[in-house]
Amino acid sequence: MILSFASGKGGTGKTLLATNLAWMLSKRGPATYVDADVEEPNGHLFLKHKTARLERVAVALPKLQGSCTGCGVCQKVCAFHAILALKDRVMVFPELCHSCGACVIACPERALVETPHEIGSISRAHLGDLQLLSGRLDVGQARATPLVEAVVEAATREHEGELVIVDSPPGTSCSAMAAVRRADLVVLVTEPTPFGLNDLKLAVEMCRALKRDVVAVVNRSDLGDQEVALYLEREGIPTLGQLPFHRSIATAYAQGQLAVGRSAKLRTVLDAIIAYCDDRTFEGRTP
Amino acid sequence: MKTLAVFSGKGGTGKTTLVACFAHLAGRAVAVDCDVDAANLGLLLPGDDVHREPFLAGRKATINSTSCRACGACAEACRFDAIAWTGKDWVVDPMACEGCGVCSLVCPKPAVIRYHDNLAGHWMRRRSGSVSLVHAALGVAQDNSGKLVAKVRQEASLWADREGIDLVLVDGPPGIGCPVHAAMGQLDRILVVTEPTPSGLHDLERMLRLAQHFGVSASVSINKWDLAPKLTRIIEEACRTWGVPLAGRIPFDPHVPRLLAAGRLPLEPPVDQDTTAAIEQCWQRFSEGDSAIPNMPAEEPWTEQPL
Repeated sequence: MILSFASGKGGTGKTLLATNLAWMLSKRGPATYVDADVEEPNGHLFLKHKTARLERVAVALPKLQGSCTGCGVCQKVCAFHAILALKDRVMVFPELCHSCGACVIACPERALVETPHEIGSISRAHLGDLQLLSGRLDVGQARATPLVEAVVEAATREHEGELVIVDSPPGTSCSAMAAVRRADLVVLVTEPTPFGLNDLKLAVEMCRALKRDVVAVVNRSDLGDQEVALYLEREGIPTLGQLPFHRSIATAYAQGQLAVGRSAKLRTVLDAIIAYCDDRTFEGRTP
Repeated sequence: MKTLAVFSGKGGTGKTTLVACFAHLAGRAVAVDCDVDAANLGLLLPGDDVHREPFLAGRKATINSTSCRACGACAEACRFDAIAWTGKDWVVDPMACEGCGVCSLVCPKPAVIRYHDNLAGHWMRRRSGSVSLVHAALGVAQDNSGKLVAKVRQEASLWADREGIDLVLVDGPPGIGCPVHAAMGQLDRILVVTEPTPSGLHDLERMLRLAQHFGVSASVSINKWDLAPKLTRIIEEACRTWGVPLAGRIPFDPHVPRLLAAGRLPLEPPVDQDTTAAIEQCWQRFSEGDSAIPNMPAEEPWTEQPL
């Protein structure tokens, strides 16, 4: 089962919930934590481990290998303005290229080949029984989405049939979509403020467009108003927990430690998520 | 015209709140919300949109099933798994299609595959007192956020030119990828907002590396600094090592979220005077004080450091 933690708004508590839940789950069976927030991965700051196996991830970029007649067909077929045809060579803009392969197919001279262009890394490690996969985009690279796809794909392939917890990037555009696209269940983490509500609505729309099931957790539930709770009720989205602002959680977070042993409230929320997942599996709605 | 931007790497550190306060303190400015897939600046700069325009970007393929021979060459060539067999026809999933055109390149029958323009979202302009706001709403499940960011940046500058406004304030998206790159062009300086948590420090470092990569001048503000004074000192020390000036430290004030929830800025009571003064000082130092292109040490290889 794949469980993705997502939110439109940043800083609502995705990593807090995902890391603590993964740690708890690993105490009762095989579990994997996937850090798919590849632009700013933070899971490793709480699930501390000493060594990791590193894999470099690359996307395909066109490269001239043969004689160019300067016909300009490659430039013409590129929908992303990522290749410029000069007199006898081409210029490729890696940040614009989508690695679709159109230029390679269209080149009448068969002079273009695809070569790997590294964008970041996937690290594999374990902490006790918990398996960890983290994606990390190289600073200066623009294309986060292929790396999000790669790390989620690797985790689901290598840990098929197990519980896989995906910590998604914030927002509702392509990299966030890539992190929830395969999820059996999406946990939307929100806060009861107008910002939280606005971004929650966008995240719900994204999940519905992708036909994903959603549940919600309201973080800092005592620092705001009732609008988020009313919205969730109106939309029929199950709320699996309300987590009030609590200094013991904030302190643990500030110290880079898991909070699950220190806060009964957090434990209650995580237990509710686990119970919900167990019910779904029992009812056969989730593999 | 001066263009100043606020970024953070990590979400939820207070970018939008600060930008709204800065716009208010500056008096006359064009504010631009570059977090186009979760835009919130409009909630703090209320008013009616005076202009709303559709934003077309990219295209989507469709397959004409009556003339299609169902050879499947398109599906095989598509890198985005956007073409699927329904049992009777090949159909394009518009959410996966990136409009690259490979399908029509490999299709043996011309005119089977057609393209139509893609409505990627909308962008809007509004007046909120003496502040003008340019903001946008990316369409649901759209993948053109970088292009829409570039669009609102461009429209904000045009608007400022037309109205003779000499300040553009950019509310940046989180992260360090494509939308951030799109928001980072043509800037005078940036403020990087962080918080005293391990995530805050980690994301600050990556954000400053990106600023160095693009040669952008930066200063730093530590929000909610008093929640972890020790870590605040560590962050301040790190900033000194990297040659990045501090524009401010702003205390945690429980009145701030409450005022924001009511759509008001934390520049008035019941917010503590010290908090308001800290925000004002941060604005003054950010807009007029020192900033520098970060000088970051070489990044340690990921394997060799404890993760």
